[in-house]
Amino acid sequence: MQTFTQRLANPTKFMDLSARLLPWVAGFAAAILAYGIYLAFFVAPPDYLHGEIARIMFVHVPSAWLAMACYALIAISAFGLLVFRHPLADVSAKAAAPIGAAFTFLALFTGSLWGKPAWGTYWVWDARLTSVLILFFLYLGLIALRSSIEDETLASKLTAILALVGIVMLPIIKFSVDWGNTLHQPSSVVKLGGPTIHSSILTPLLVMGAGFLVLFVAMHLKAMRNEVLRRRVKALQLAEVARAQASQVTAAAE
Amino acid sequence: MNAFLSLVARDLRLAVRQGGAIGTALGFYLIVVTMLPLGLGADLNLLSRIAPGVLWIALLLSALLSLGRVFESDYEDGSLDVLVTGPLPLELVAVAKALAHWISTSVPLALLAPVLGILLNLELLAYPALVATMLIGTPAVSFIGAVGAALTLRARRGGLLIALLVLPLYVPTLVFGIAAISATLGPDDAAAPFLILTAISLGSMVLGPLAAAAALRAQMQ
Repeated sequence: MQTFTQRLANPTKFMDLSARLLPWVAGFAAAILAYGIYLAFFVAPPDYLHGEIARIMFVHVPSAWLAMACYALIAISAFGLLVFRHPLADVSAKAAAPIGAAFTFLALFTGSLWGKPAWGTYWVWDARLTSVLILFFLYLGLIALRSSIEDETLASKLTAILALVGIVMLPIIKFSVDWGNTLHQPSSVVKLGGPTIHSSILTPLLVMGAGFLVLFVAMHLKAMRNEVLRRRVKALQLAEVARAQASQVTAAAE
Repeated sequence: MNAFLSLVARDLRLAVRQGGAIGTALGFYLIVVTMLPLGLGADLNLLSRIAPGVLWIALLLSALLSLGRVFESDYEDGSLDVLVTGPLPLELVAVAKALAHWISTSVPLALLAPVLGILLNLELLAYPALVATMLIGTPAVSFIGAVGAALTLRARRGGLLIALLVLPLYVPTLVFGIAAISATLGPDDAAAPFLILTAISLGSMVLGPLAAAAALRAQMQ
């Protein structure tokens, strides 16, 4: 008797299931995001200190959440590949890396735009900013390592090892950056502790967070489907070449 | 243990007799540190303030330069195949190679640092702390670097790639190295950053070879 994950790890089953799920997930994401954007623009009040610009938070904070969640997903996939050899684990890790990098970039970019009016500068060497920037570098490293190794099976194994090294190092890097900043400069971030946010801002933020999460699931599923299809095309092409070679050999023999 | 020691000794002999490896890294270190005052202006107060950071960053870059060769030359001439099939566990092979890199490259760089400190008008009090943090911190540089070297063994443009992979992982070593030096000069307690730096080095000496060996095993099948 196969478990649910074992059945899901079968690429054919995955393609069937994801083909049926994807339109629903994508539609769901669009609906939540539309509601979230409505709440963010028309229901949430402008910030008393920063005015309208604070609304960038509704893109910035969910991006930052996803930037971290996506790296965790890559690490879990890497573990699944190295330990259980799930064929889909590598597809998942490969598909997630560019999406995670994009969300990390979005978090940095929107944060920078928000920082200019709020703190008067596009960038400060604050602990949070620095650790997100380093997370971005880790994503770039994963993508670069995979793209520079020709053999795909090897590339996926090595990228998985790098992802696991990264997940071990991330807390240490975060800790060290925090430490460095307590020595050099006090934090200048306007800290948004959970309970200090009023519900008129917290509700749109959570709705946007949910919308981003479902959007991520939709994009990840689509990217995984593309990757599976790409591998099938490649396998078909290789089979074609092998057949052509075999017929040449028999023709030469006759 | 014998095989382990002879592997370290072999790598050290190669580093000394083949030439180029140690000298290039030291020369690179010297050039980078010399270029900085030319670019930043020769304000001695400024140089004195940034000297520990400059020396540490230039050391990381110089060590990176030679990291690519840790497994590469053995891979090219086939001796890595022998090491993989040999009696020594691959993890210990990785330890031996990283240890040899530390002795042959990182330690000379750390010992050159105080000489370069003179060029940067480093405070006299900072010299012992500088050398101490470098000697304590550079095992992390070599052992984390060995992971990068193993991962990029068969990659195209391995030399550039290794910098992209490894430099973010050097952040804790750099931060605590600098923190320990500035704590020695200032009123803060210097023991904590020193201890954390030691912990990072010891941790990477254990975990680095595991990851490096896994990467080598994937590539040598």
